[in-house]
Amino acid sequence: MTTGSAAPHDFDWQGVRLHIVTGKGGTGKTTVAAALALALANQGKRVLLVEVEGRQAISQTFDVTPLAHTEARISHAEHGGEVFGLSVEAKAALLEYLQIFYKLGRAGGLLEKFGAVDFATTIAPGVRDVLLTGKVYEAVRRRRDPKTKGPRAAPAYDAVVLDAPPTGRVVRFLNVNHEVAGVAKVGPIRSQADSITAMMQSPQTVVHVVTLLEEMPVQETVDAIGDLRAAGFGIGGVVVNQVREPLLPADALAAAGRTQIDDALVAADLEAVGMRAGDALVRGLLTQARDHADRVSLERTEEETVRALERPIYRLPHLADGIDAGAIRELADLLTDQGMA
Amino acid sequence: MARTTTTTGSRSRAPQAPPLDIDDLIDDPNTRIVVCCGSGGVGKTTTAAAIGLRAAEAGRKVVVLTIDPARRLAQSLGLTMLDNVPRPVTGIDTTTGGSLDAMMLDMKRTFDEVVSAHSTPEKAEQIMANPFYQAVSSSFAGTQEYMAMEKLGQLRAQADRERTWDLIVVDTPPSRSALDFLDAPKRLGSFLDGRFIRLLTGPAKAGGRAYVRVFSQGVNAVTSVLNKVLGGQMLTDVQTFVAALDTMFGGFRERADQTYALLKEGGTAFLVVAAPERDALREASYFVDRLDEEQMPLAGLVINRVSRVAAPGLSASRALSAAEQLLDRGGANGQVNAETTAALLRLHAAQADVAARHQQLARRFTAGHPGIPVVEVPAAAQDIHDVEGLRAVGAALAGG
Repeated sequence: MTTGSAAPHDFDWQGVRLHIVTGKGGTGKTTVAAALALALANQGKRVLLVEVEGRQAISQTFDVTPLAHTEARISHAEHGGEVFGLSVEAKAALLEYLQIFYKLGRAGGLLEKFGAVDFATTIAPGVRDVLLTGKVYEAVRRRRDPKTKGPRAAPAYDAVVLDAPPTGRVVRFLNVNHEVAGVAKVGPIRSQADSITAMMQSPQTVVHVVTLLEEMPVQETVDAIGDLRAAGFGIGGVVVNQVREPLLPADALAAAGRTQIDDALVAADLEAVGMRAGDALVRGLLTQARDHADRVSLERTEEETVRALERPIYRLPHLADGIDAGAIRELADLLTDQGMA
Repeated sequence: MARTTTTTGSRSRAPQAPPLDIDDLIDDPNTRIVVCCGSGGVGKTTTAAAIGLRAAEAGRKVVVLTIDPARRLAQSLGLTMLDNVPRPVTGIDTTTGGSLDAMMLDMKRTFDEVVSAHSTPEKAEQIMANPFYQAVSSSFAGTQEYMAMEKLGQLRAQADRERTWDLIVVDTPPSRSALDFLDAPKRLGSFLDGRFIRLLTGPAKAGGRAYVRVFSQGVNAVTSVLNKVLGGQMLTDVQTFVAALDTMFGGFRERADQTYALLKEGGTAFLVVAAPERDALREASYFVDRLDEEQMPLAGLVINRVSRVAAPGLSASRALSAAEQLLDRGGANGQVNAETTAALLRLHAAQADVAARHQQLARRFTAGHPGIPVVEVPAAAQDIHDVEGLRAVGAALAGG
């Protein structure tokens, strides 16, 4: 199971404190975010895994009770590392924010009563995202001991992994500064947005994109990386998820693709091991081989596109039995082996 | 809408899902709207487009409203003009008198059109210049759902008025929580009825002077907090925005409510689309339950990309043992050929396993939702990105 790697070792994202994971819906970004968090924790680190869409995907992935709006430990890792989970919810974040910055005991309740909290968290553009990313910002900057200050003070978390919204919405989500600029020209929301953006665009933050080797996810990956770059975000790696290795050896694959496998030879082999090699069976086997060759060749084209992005690529296998806590450990080790963590 | 199944013969332990045949929907002239919903990445758009094409080729006058089609699929449907108006799809068989139009939703433009249609030019200009409006119309999470509903309502009205279409096929936005599409009108309603909005739009609406007196303390506290948190400018902007939209919001909500009612009618059929994966089917279960709760007419479940074997007579275990024998003993025509044949057998075994797993997932869904009609669309070796591919998907949706 374990790779037995030493706790501190070289990996590609040394010095990164905030890992943002995005990808097209259905590519498995929550799985990858979870595996990355665990891989980082396996180095003996304290890692926080955050979700912002209220889907409780993290708790389902790790098979623990649903996450509350406070941080809870969801997994132990090697070398004393730990993974904590948090499901950020805009309403709770706003009330907490108001409490911290304005000490609003009763007024907070009043805001809620008048529907202002609902308004701010659902309708007011950008505010919701400022609140969600603001919570992430706070977690990244938090000190283990609140009384110590300065750059040398130990952080509460060595790394934070954010299971971000899908590629279609991620730039808008992260680019809170731009989003609120139109509506909040001054005021605390604006300055909060400015600080969040500064951290998101600093070298301690990278955005990883998860894809499958299929047309649309790869297209969205290319688009998202272009948009993220243009908006000033640092791009991390591309995680190619659910990779299925070809099931035919190279020469058979090539022959199958050109439909050059001789059905008579196949039939003779089948007969040799005592099978009744009817036409339907032989044709079926050859059809499957050609379809498989087509798919492999399509995947290779997509892989070329991914390569052309010139980002580190990490590959995770397709796990036939689905994703559970054990599978996450397996995937985490694979990410470690490939230097992502 | 679920058809009764003929109970032929055995009472097998696993409940059998009644088959879903898309042609039953297409051939029924009373079917006026088909809504495809499901989680992201399961092939909703492809399903919607395939149904639209099949219906058009069966003689229906169809318009397909897509939200976010894959680039190549959009191109092959002629969805290159982003003018928010349905355009005819070429290259289809119209000998039965049908037609196919398609469009891609442009939410900002739809919103702008609503504003223009329901206010004076000066007022429209004022609204569109408001930074809150700009942000809400282009980026507010949920606007896409409102606008999809709005567009659906518009298309339906146009269809009734001009008899341009007799079937509307809708693809729903990939939402965070499954049925934001259905919740949109209600959310809009509760937003408009919210006390906060009434507060912003002026005390008269908040229930008269007495109400204001009683709550004035609270109101002041709220306003001062908002001023601190949001900044004075933002509050002014939002007040202008809400006041400006106020007059048209009523009509907005009314239309959203009408569209919602329309969806509940007999002429609408919901299709839940899923992929043969645990998570996608879990989400599909949630959709099915929600539609049931809302008493929305569910036609059935489409499971896309289901693995099938092309040589169904051969079991996975038999294929594997034959492959082993071949490698041990050699085949009829030398080692190289034997290796190729063994590889074909192993490939078959792997695919038979995948196919078996897909069947198991489908059975599990049916066990939890007996009586929901199901149709499976076999996985294609290539991505679907042309009319030919859509036609094949359409045929699969009709059970063949």
